[in-house]
Amino acid sequence: MKPAEPAASSAPLLEVKGLRKHFPISEGLLIGRKIGEVKAVDGVDFTIRRGETLGLVGESGCGKTTTGRCILRLERPTAGEIRYNGLDIATLKGRPLLELRRRIQVIFQDPYSSLNPRMKVGQIIAEPIRAHGIERDRARRAARVHELLSVCDLDPAFADRYPHEMSGGQRQRVGIARALALEPEFIVCDEAVSALDVSIQAQIINLLEDLRERFHLTYLFIAHDLSVVRHICHRVAVMYLGRIVELADCDQLFDNPQHPYTQALLAAVPVPDPEVERRRAFRPLVGEVPSTINPPSGCTFHPRCPIAVSACRQARPELRELRPRHWVACGQVDWPFERHEFAGIRSPPKRAVPPPPNKEAGTQQHEQNGRIRWDRGLGCRRLVLLRR
Amino acid sequence: MPLLDVVDLHAEFRTGLGRVPAVNGVSFTVDRGETVAIVGESGSGKSASALSLLRLIPDPPGRITGGRILFDGRDLLQLSEAEMRQVRGGDIGMVFQEPMTSLNPVLTIGRQITETLEQHRGADRTGAERRAIELLSLVGIADPGRRLKQYPHQLSGGMRQRIMIAIAIACDPKLIIADEPTTALDVTIQAQILELMKDLTRRLGAALIIITHNLGVVARYANRVNVMYAGRIVESGPAAAVYRRPRHPYTMALLRSVPRIDRPRQSRLDPILGQPPDLTRVDDGCAFRPRCRFAIAACARRRPTLMAGREAGHLAACLRQDEIALGAEMAL
Ligand SMILES: Nc1ncnc2c1ncn2[C@@H]1O[C@H](COP(=O)(O)OP(=O)(O)OP(=O)(O)O)[C@@H](O)[C@H]1O
Ligand SMILES: Nc1ncnc2c1ncn2[C@@H]1O[C@H](COP(=O)(O)OP(=O)(O)OP(=O)(O)O)[C@@H](O)[C@H]1O
Ligand code: SF4
Ligand SMILES: [Mg+2]
Ligand SMILES: [Mg+2]
Repeated sequence: MKPAEPAASSAPLLEVKGLRKHFPISEGLLIGRKIGEVKAVDGVDFTIRRGETLGLVGESGCGKTTTGRCILRLERPTAGEIRYNGLDIATLKGRPLLELRRRIQVIFQDPYSSLNPRMKVGQIIAEPIRAHGIERDRARRAARVHELLSVCDLDPAFADRYPHEMSGGQRQRVGIARALALEPEFIVCDEAVSALDVSIQAQIINLLEDLRERFHLTYLFIAHDLSVVRHICHRVAVMYLGRIVELADCDQLFDNPQHPYTQALLAAVPVPDPEVERRRAFRPLVGEVPSTINPPSGCTFHPRCPIAVSACRQARPELRELRPRHWVACGQVDWPFERHEFAGIRSPPKRAVPPPPNKEAGTQQHEQNGRIRWDRGLGCRRLVLLRR
Repeated sequence: MPLLDVVDLHAEFRTGLGRVPAVNGVSFTVDRGETVAIVGESGSGKSASALSLLRLIPDPPGRITGGRILFDGRDLLQLSEAEMRQVRGGDIGMVFQEPMTSLNPVLTIGRQITETLEQHRGADRTGAERRAIELLSLVGIADPGRRLKQYPHQLSGGMRQRIMIAIAIACDPKLIIADEPTTALDVTIQAQILELMKDLTRRLGAALIIITHNLGVVARYANRVNVMYAGRIVESGPAAAVYRRPRHPYTMALLRSVPRIDRPRQSRLDPILGQPPDLTRVDDGCAFRPRCRFAIAACARRRPTLMAGREAGHLAACLRQDEIALGAEMAL
């Protein structure tokens, strides 16, 4: 279950300010002449509080992974500041840097390529424990590996297997166990469930949620599946071409998306229900994702934007706090009305959730909280529709 | 008579680990102009089925071992390889997941389209070129004259997929088979390509078999759906009926395991337990049994066959399908 969000007043665990990462593009293989640059991340600000999960969504190449890599100090930012627990991570050296590397971990998308194929699972998980000198005793290290495997719902016997002897879901659990080995506080989940089959994806999402609660973890959850993001995140940032275009509390963002790009993304998500889909009016966004080398002028979304005016081609809109905690980088939206219908989803026919017909079926109970919120949302939507 | 009638199709791969019955008695039909989806998890045999239909299964290690594929009155399995080449790209168009591997990297886009037209429709060079330009505009590519002279690597992923679609529809096919046509693409581009395919099939009156693991895509585009598990179709029916009242526990579990953007947030997802089956080790019972919440002793004894339920055209391969269907609507 999504635990209550941490209090708004608590100090941020992570602060990202004005983050930029530009990659040079050079001509010639060895000593290249710089002929341009890829503005992979181009001015990104956000904070994450302890215990919070921030979702980072957007299309391929918009800079999600690069943002994560800067936080992990795998990439040196071109400009901007990243503070972890109040400390500027760029200035850390020696012990404090080691300590940061212990506290911040990452889970990658591809369980196939992120695990060393020549190491047994037990070694893979023990390696960081050994490298950080946390547990020098071999036997105790092995015990810790077993504990981590069972925390991730894997049989400790898997310690003796090689990654290729496991399924994708099992490998992803190993990746998670490895990330947990150093008792981190903060985990960058970069498409951690994207490569998994639907049937396995739900298992891993549940595991990530359980671990968050059990170990009080904070996640930066990078993903492109918006339904998954909605399920797991407290707040969500939408990126487009290296910038955040909308940032809001999860329910706000999904019930009331303001940026035309966010609306287009939501509308593009097909719902697994033919009846709902039949009622949805859907027009896909036109055009391709532009190049990060020569991004469009002004608002980089303007060539594809359905509501763009000439002003959008000139000045680049800054993120504005349109409503408390809801930030939007678009000059054309000023919250004219509640826009639920932009996702194209009309109220689903109400069906009460009856008690389970039999124990085996294990009918799921909807979160009480969620339902009330949703009902209220529907109420608004109906009003909006009736008034027109 | 349906346009395509697949009857008890079998195909297998012989590997070092044993025989993999990737397509294990698959039967389904496709009517003229309709969109039929095949869904199922990775390794369930969706691509192997599609490749078998076109007799493109790599041999070795693969082999079609039985069945009939009646397309427009002819059994494709009885055709000569030369006749089959006329069918592929002619009456049956194909769109695959990775256009980079299906397009020829050393030929221009234009040449690849005109080649198809010359081979299948005996078009002359100028006629073919005129038609190629027409096709590119049809799939929404701006400035088609210039694009025809370009090579695949000079195009974006979305544009390459549009080219694949242009080639697939070049000869006015009666059927298009699309295997994960958008999986490698961005969300908004995915939506563009799927809308384009829907629009084109409607305009051309072509039938479409769309293979995907995205349950949302099926709901949005398919008239009928076939759910595959371990090389077999375990449920088949009109999309609306299958989603509303699934008759197979696997379908029900699939539908329940995905978070839904149009529903109140659940406190917890309801995953399918266990692992996908190892096809080299399937026994005589129901293959879903180890993961099934409803399994009973009888499920181990005999393999359930695809049978009709109360609603016409809605079939499932489960011993307890009537009970499941009763509870399913409430549980979803
Ligand atoms: N080391 C690098 N050198 C040059 N360009 C790079 C490098 N790493 C990333 N880029 C470019 O920076 C941009 C952002 O890449 P990034 O991997 O952050 O995107 P992403 O949002 O994670 O995309 P995806 O969803 O595909 O993972 C892309 O255009 C990418 O090609
Ligand atoms: N060339 C091959 N050699 C051996 N086995 C194969 C080969 N191709 C497929 N298989 C096996 O056949 C089975 C069915 O594979 P298929 O590619 O049809 O699955 P799929 O449903 O298309 O999965 P995905 O969603 O991953 O594309 C799998 O068990 C797979 O391992
Ligand atoms: S036949 Fe038995 S094991 Fe198979 S799906 Fe039906 S109830 Fe489950
Ligand atoms: Mg990435
Ligand atoms: Mg496949």
